[in-house]
Amino acid sequence: MTELERHMLKEVAELDSLPVGAYNIRSNGKSAARNTTANIDIVTKEEVSGIDIIIKPGTKNQSVHIPVIISESGLKEVVYNDFYIGEDCDVTIIAGCGISNCGGSDSRHDGVHSFHVGKNSKVRYVEKHYGEGTGKGKRLMNPTTVVELGEDAYMLMETSQISGVDDTIRETRATIGDRSSLVIHDKILTDGKQKAVAKMFVDLDGEDSGCDLISRGVAKEDSYQEVILGINGNNKCNGHAECDSIIMDRGVILATPQLKAENVDASLIHEAAIGKIAGEQLLKLMTLGLTEKEAEDMIVKGFLR
Amino acid sequence: MILELKNISYEIDGKVILDNINLKIEDRFVAVTGPNGSGKSTLAKIIMGLLTPTSGRIILDGEDITDLPINERADKGISFAFQQPVRFKGLRVGDLLKLAYKGEKKLSEACAILSEVGLCARDYQDRELNDTLSGGEMKRIEIAMTAARGTALSIFDEPEAGIDLWSFQSLIRVFEKLYRKTSGSIVIISHQERILAIADKIIYLKEGKVEKYGKGEEVLRFISNISSKPCSELTKNLD
Repeated sequence: MTELERHMLKEVAELDSLPVGAYNIRSNGKSAARNTTANIDIVTKEEVSGIDIIIKPGTKNQSVHIPVIISESGLKEVVYNDFYIGEDCDVTIIAGCGISNCGGSDSRHDGVHSFHVGKNSKVRYVEKHYGEGTGKGKRLMNPTTVVELGEDAYMLMETSQISGVDDTIRETRATIGDRSSLVIHDKILTDGKQKAVAKMFVDLDGEDSGCDLISRGVAKEDSYQEVILGINGNNKCNGHAECDSIIMDRGVILATPQLKAENVDASLIHEAAIGKIAGEQLLKLMTLGLTEKEAEDMIVKGFLR
Repeated sequence: MILELKNISYEIDGKVILDNINLKIEDRFVAVTGPNGSGKSTLAKIIMGLLTPTSGRIILDGEDITDLPINERADKGISFAFQQPVRFKGLRVGDLLKLAYKGEKKLSEACAILSEVGLCARDYQDRELNDTLSGGEMKRIEIAMTAARGTALSIFDEPEAGIDLWSFQSLIRVFEKLYRKTSGSIVIISHQERILAIADKIIYLKEGKVEKYGKGEEVLRFISNISSKPCSELTKNLD
């Protein structure tokens, strides 16, 4: 592994070395390293680019790392990763994509992740997107996540994109079964002329199903963000969506709530707030010795924590 | 510490809030009191740099700090506890305490201070300073944080506001300890007799002017004389 690849791996998956447990590291369009365990199998797809991750029923306290790194300028790829999580599992999946583009051509990674979560299973999914590089070529990522939660399942998604990605459309679609719930914490920071669109659509199909979609965004400089949080309450269910954004400089943020209730027992709530950093927050931190700029950075960092 | 306010005035929208204030504060425990709207908070904010005076100079230990920004005044040893503590989404109690202490070194001391205001440090360190904390909790954290800095001058803007009676007891102990353990000065804006009673000196402000400034008991006597007089508006037709 090159020094650059190591650095990118650290940025997207917080890995200093090869992880413990199952993993598949994809570097510049090829599988660079893979490990499977007795309970977690990783199989290369034959018809399209990507892998199947198969987790046996009853697998507890295990993790899978599937980071993707691109350091070749001009590389464009669409990758399909399917996760089959058996019943009664409790697992953590750490994905993430890092693009380092020092060349003149655009680099692009479109990852399509599908999760099939079995009855009574619990999944934590962490996805971090990161871009860097001095080249004129853009760093583009368009992740699509499809979630199917069976009965009595729970999934927590922690997704983030903290600067560095020029253009992104992030789409998540989920269907939630009986007594299952999905929680999404999405964090995004854009600056320069970056553009980011995040769309989340959840169908609460199951009885007593629920979801909590929390989006936090910071748009700096001339960047643009669009957030659409949609919940369909198709059964007796509880859905909550919250979109909270800080706008700075000449940034633009468009937040669109979409709630649709098709059942009299569906309870759906949406909250959205966009505003600049409160003046009194800056003043408070300045009384503790920070300059205005340092105070601003600390507030943004905390907000996106 | 010697703080001098020379000819400080503050006007906003044509309204005079502070009118040519001249004060020399050199005692270690000074209370500022006076009716609502007399300019107490404005005066405190001007000292910290949160507001800029329309005219006049602020001198701290012989140095003119009138044009210094807030953070540089903080570095020179001024601390300020807000009357209404500021909430932050995402920032935690521990984050601000670390700032107050400039690092982790004395974090255990910060924890001790949290305990003094009746909050268990272990439970509160990782709490976000957001709407999940009550007004009283926020207020106690704010006071603990300011006391934790232990600077040359600590200003508290109505520390008793929003604090229950039980917590008020421990609050007094925090001030007493700050007084004993540091060599810094404390300026407290307060209406509470229990706080006024322990002050070395009291500044009584009225309508933007210093009506009385002197030793604690002297000013307290002055205040009790005014408040025992019936309202002249109500009694003018009785004679």
